[in-house]
Amino acid sequence: MSKVKHQGRREFLKTSAAAAAVTVAPGVMLHTLSAEAAPRTEAVTDKVRWGMLIDANKCADGCNDCVSACDKENGLDLVDMPEGADQGLWERQRPRWIRQVKLKDNLSGKITNLPMMCQHCEMPPCVDVCPTGASFRRADGIVMVDRHTCIGCRYCMMACPYKARSFIHAEVAEKLTHAPRGKGCVESCNLCVHRLDNGDTTTACQDACKHQAIVFGDLSDPESAVSQALKNYPSVQIRADLKLNTGVRYSNI
Amino acid sequence: MKKTHFSEWGIESPRYWGILAVLGAIIAIAGVAVFYMEHSGHWVTGMTNQVVWGLPHVFAIFLIVAASGALNVASIGTAFDKKVYQPLGRLSALLAIALLAGGLAVLVLDLGQPGRLLIAMTHYNFKSIFAWNIYLYTGFFAIVAAYIWFMMDHRMKAWYKPTGIFAFVWRLLLTTGTGSIFGFLVARQGYDAAILAPMFVIMSFAYGLAAYLLVLMFVFKVDGREIGGVLLRRMKNLLGVFVAAVLYFTLVYHLANLYGTENHAYEAFILRDGGIYTLLFWGGWVLVGCLIPLGIIYHPGMGATRGGIIAASTLVILGGLATVYVIVIGGQVFPMAMFPGKTIVASGFFDGVNGQPMLYSPSLPEILLGVGGVAVVLLLTFIGIRMLRFLPTTLSDEVADPHYSKS
Repeated sequence: MSKVKHQGRREFLKTSAAAAAVTVAPGVMLHTLSAEAAPRTEAVTDKVRWGMLIDANKCADGCNDCVSACDKENGLDLVDMPEGADQGLWERQRPRWIRQVKLKDNLSGKITNLPMMCQHCEMPPCVDVCPTGASFRRADGIVMVDRHTCIGCRYCMMACPYKARSFIHAEVAEKLTHAPRGKGCVESCNLCVHRLDNGDTTTACQDACKHQAIVFGDLSDPESAVSQALKNYPSVQIRADLKLNTGVRYSNI
Repeated sequence: MKKTHFSEWGIESPRYWGILAVLGAIIAIAGVAVFYMEHSGHWVTGMTNQVVWGLPHVFAIFLIVAASGALNVASIGTAFDKKVYQPLGRLSALLAIALLAGGLAVLVLDLGQPGRLLIAMTHYNFKSIFAWNIYLYTGFFAIVAAYIWFMMDHRMKAWYKPTGIFAFVWRLLLTTGTGSIFGFLVARQGYDAAILAPMFVIMSFAYGLAAYLLVLMFVFKVDGREIGGVLLRRMKNLLGVFVAAVLYFTLVYHLANLYGTENHAYEAFILRDGGIYTLLFWGGWVLVGCLIPLGIIYHPGMGATRGGIIAASTLVILGGLATVYVIVIGGQVFPMAMFPGKTIVASGFFDGVNGQPMLYSPSLPEILLGVGGVAVVLLLTFIGIRMLRFLPTTLSDEVADPHYSKS
């Protein structure tokens, strides 16, 4: 016959307190942590307008560092070709946020290299045409897609003058927590928004460019490096005729 | 002119069910294709990040455009008081609803996230013509359904004409909205033209009437009902006017483009160097869709025969599909003019290197989905005319022609 141990009142209270502590503590900790992260829950304002200046003269022929960095930063390198897909077709279906473009001037034959991505327009055609408002522009100038309300109609891709957007053509097995993606939605460069929202001030492409061709920063701050560069060097917008007031500017093209 | 009586489609049951079974099978196959595309993702289609709208959009837009056009027959009777067209109104409205349903089904099933249709119904961005179109399309269903009711129910006769006029105005808005999907796209050389909206309206007149003629002649023929020469001749001549108008708009669209140097490359692509797109423009859009039907319609011999009218209507539809293909796909495969005065010699994202067009070839599932949409149209129409009194018992000259006199 086993012995029945009679617990005293003191012991019972001790055990209960310990159990309660184990149960409640993580919640309290979590609460404290999220309270510390409060700034991320505040809405972004238009006091900042993120943008960049790209100096095509510094962009080196054959260099692909910004593209690789973007692929890695935003998990685009995790998008695998589906089994049985045609390689040539898949290359035209896989997503890209930034790409290298090499231009030749028709008159002079001058060669220019530059990276192309979402130009983060002030008046983005992709936002105008999106039926559900999934394609939107944040107050701080970043144009991005709300993946919860994107229905995959691709009208924004028809409307973008820069061919900056990609449709996710296949199931994605592995994804980064800060760059979730699902089959059937549209996406494009968001200026590494996860970095900016965590207090960083650089993008992956800028960090990767060893030729310093990309200057990123706050266009609203006259003292920022990008504002100073724009002030001191001539620059253009691609398809300036559309008067979209792009956040991405180029010099020497 | 005698009073028109209407009756249900009276073909023998085995034949009726046989037709439904065939259409049902086509729709089931299309359903399998949709499941395959949605389950795998769009990589199994020919669509890419360069050509984002493929063959399903061609079928969907064609059917939606034809839908508003099919309603014209009813509108001529109601809004324009042409008594001879009034007996044709019920079928016209039914076919309009069926065509729109078929087109929208294809459009929705090609979405990346078709399950999120509810989001499209609850989240609106009113700067988007797509969002407006959701209202225009659902409104069209409601208005035309009411129109059919008022056509059929004599107690509601007072409402017949106002609703008919309202439906006519609505259908004009609807096709303007569909044309504006392309007309408002500033990014691409082939679009961004206000003329696309009225051109879509006139295209809808032609495609809708051609579809109506074919359906009318088929359902009357198999049911042993008579269509008199007067009506057929009128509708045939009307088709001729509409087709000529399509040709006129085509001419103005391209001449306007040719005037501006910035569009020369695009025009050269469509009119001369575009391979399959040039072939579809001249062979499909212009020859099959316009010139041959016009030749048949106004030929003194062929134009007067039923075979001639069937051939002309069929060609208008085939040419119409080619037209929408050239507009939708041709407009996308032509590289965007991002760097005027420069040639893209290398790109990591297929930007039209050395001016080369994008590649697109439709896959089998896309074709099956499109054909499935057509089958939905016919299925809905045939069920409708079997269940309710959409068809006049006869359209013989004696009944239909107000100027008929026994000679």
